[in-house]
Amino acid sequence: MMNWKDVKPDDIIDMGRKKIGDGWGRIILVVITVFLLVNLKELIYSIGPDEVGVVQRFGRYIRLSEPGLHVKIPFGVEKVTPIKVEKILKEEFGAASLRSIGRSGYSTRQHLEESLMLTGDLNILDVRWIVQYKIKDPVAFLFNTRNQMDNIRDISEVVMRRFVGDYSVDEVLTTKREEIDDFAQQEMQKILDYYKIGIQIVTVKLLDVNPPEKVKPAFNEVNEAKQEKEKLINQAWEAYNKVIPRARGEAEKVIREAEGYRLDKVNRAKGESERFLATLSEYKKVPEITRKRLYLETLMEILPKAKEKYVIDPRQSSILPLLNIREGGLTQ
Amino acid sequence: MKNTLITVTKVLIAAGLIILVFFASGALYIVDETKQAVITQFGKPIGDSVTEAGLKIKLPFIQDAHYFEKRLLDWDGDPNQIPTKDKKYIWVDTTARWRIVDALKFLQSVGNEIGAQSRLDDIINSATRDAVTSHLLVEAVRNTNRILERKQEGEDVIVSEEALERIDVGREQLTRTILEKAKPLSPRYGIEIVDVRIKRINYVDDVREKVYDRMIAERKRAAEKYRSEGEGKSAEIEGQVAKELKLITSEAYRQAQGIVGKADAEAIGIYASAYNQEPEFYSFLKTLETYRQTIDNKSTIILTTDSEYYKYLKELK
Repeated sequence: MMNWKDVKPDDIIDMGRKKIGDGWGRIILVVITVFLLVNLKELIYSIGPDEVGVVQRFGRYIRLSEPGLHVKIPFGVEKVTPIKVEKILKEEFGAASLRSIGRSGYSTRQHLEESLMLTGDLNILDVRWIVQYKIKDPVAFLFNTRNQMDNIRDISEVVMRRFVGDYSVDEVLTTKREEIDDFAQQEMQKILDYYKIGIQIVTVKLLDVNPPEKVKPAFNEVNEAKQEKEKLINQAWEAYNKVIPRARGEAEKVIREAEGYRLDKVNRAKGESERFLATLSEYKKVPEITRKRLYLETLMEILPKAKEKYVIDPRQSSILPLLNIREGGLTQ
Repeated sequence: MKNTLITVTKVLIAAGLIILVFFASGALYIVDETKQAVITQFGKPIGDSVTEAGLKIKLPFIQDAHYFEKRLLDWDGDPNQIPTKDKKYIWVDTTARWRIVDALKFLQSVGNEIGAQSRLDDIINSATRDAVTSHLLVEAVRNTNRILERKQEGEDVIVSEEALERIDVGREQLTRTILEKAKPLSPRYGIEIVDVRIKRINYVDDVREKVYDRMIAERKRAAEKYRSEGEGKSAEIEGQVAKELKLITSEAYRQAQGIVGKADAEAIGIYASAYNQEPEFYSFLKTLETYRQTIDNKSTIILTTDSEYYKYLKELK
């Protein structure tokens, strides 16, 4: 049909012109292209890797959209709302949460109101806690409740106060924190599920729990008193452990000494009586001689020792004729 | 081919324009998932409320679509100062959840959310007030009696007497009471009150101060108790030390004395059994020993001429 060799540039231009049509056709095409380019985001949308897209057509929910780049029908026909479903979000409660600092007009008094609560023993505590949650059902999250954040915040307060209101001050301060955390989480989940809010509560955790400022010193006093009690008791036991074992040692010593005495006494008695019995058996063999011998031996020993010796004739009745036998011989 | 392209484009544009015209004239309207609509004709409601989401048709120009929320809404009233049955003045802050269940009635009665909020204020505040004034403070704060069980178990709980009252109605039940009172009053406005909760209960200022004082007094008392317990136990242990000490030393003394006594007796026995064999000889020996021991260089000896010592001096036989 077409003889390409014979074609001149003008012919080509003419052909092109005819193809596109003239005037209206060209303008319409250009307009549409420009329009679409400018409003690209009406046509194309992207869903991040931790997100899910909730797609509505003419307001009605039709499907969820996976992460990635997608096309939708533009100009108000289809609307896509991306929802982060994996991200764990956090809300803080009690004084000085970041959120309340940012909000204007949020006075200290209101801080106090949020964090002070009544305990089961009708006392007051300053309680701070956090809640971590994530969106588990994006459709429910979007379409069932308005003010999702208010729901989370309000119900968190409702539940935390309810549980703190059942425990004593000391339990909330120390021993029962985890129990309260667990119960609060379960109850929050229950209520939010009842509202069909589509959120999963991941954590509820008590942070700082303090007695109110004015009362703190008295609380500290109790702790100090407890420690003092421990200290006193320990000291007393220390003293005990110093004294008693030593006393026991002393007691042992006394008994040992007595036994030593016994040994000594008995052995000596045995020794002396054996010596006596030996002498006795000798004596029994020749009694008279032994007696005389012993007697004379004794005199032999004692006479030299004595300072003065006198010999008296018993038959002399008057003043004695004395014979002085002194050491060193006779002197006359 | 080029004709088809042009034709298709023209058709699309035409269709788009037609839809725009429809929309502009109000023949088409969109109901979002979060909304419900009531159609009025010349201001008068027509038909039932539209609750299904999607693209809808109505008569243009003469019919209007009024939109209302379909979602769960919240009501958060101002805190109220309410006295409890036991005359404790407290701030009660309630929060509620409601929804528009009959948009038609809603439109006809309160008209909009602002009107609804004010109705809800009345309903819920008065229900709350009724419930709180007819219950004790303990019943509004606590939910169970577990704190009493703790005390019975003997745990170290410092609790004031009034807090220890056994309750039959707790916080949850009180809340339910409020809901039960409030719920029947709302359907006439096309509203369903889904839930009412007590968000906060706090003491009014001067009561709070008194509570602080009480807390301080309780703690001080407890501190005293610990201290005196410490001193008491310490004294007790001291006493025990003294007692045991005495016991140990006296026992040792007793035993030692016993041993010594037995030893003496034993020794005496040994001596006796030996010396009794020949008592006279023993006394003889002993006397001789006495001489040996007692006579020293200060002594004077007096002998008679009869003494043995002189026997052989007198005569030699």
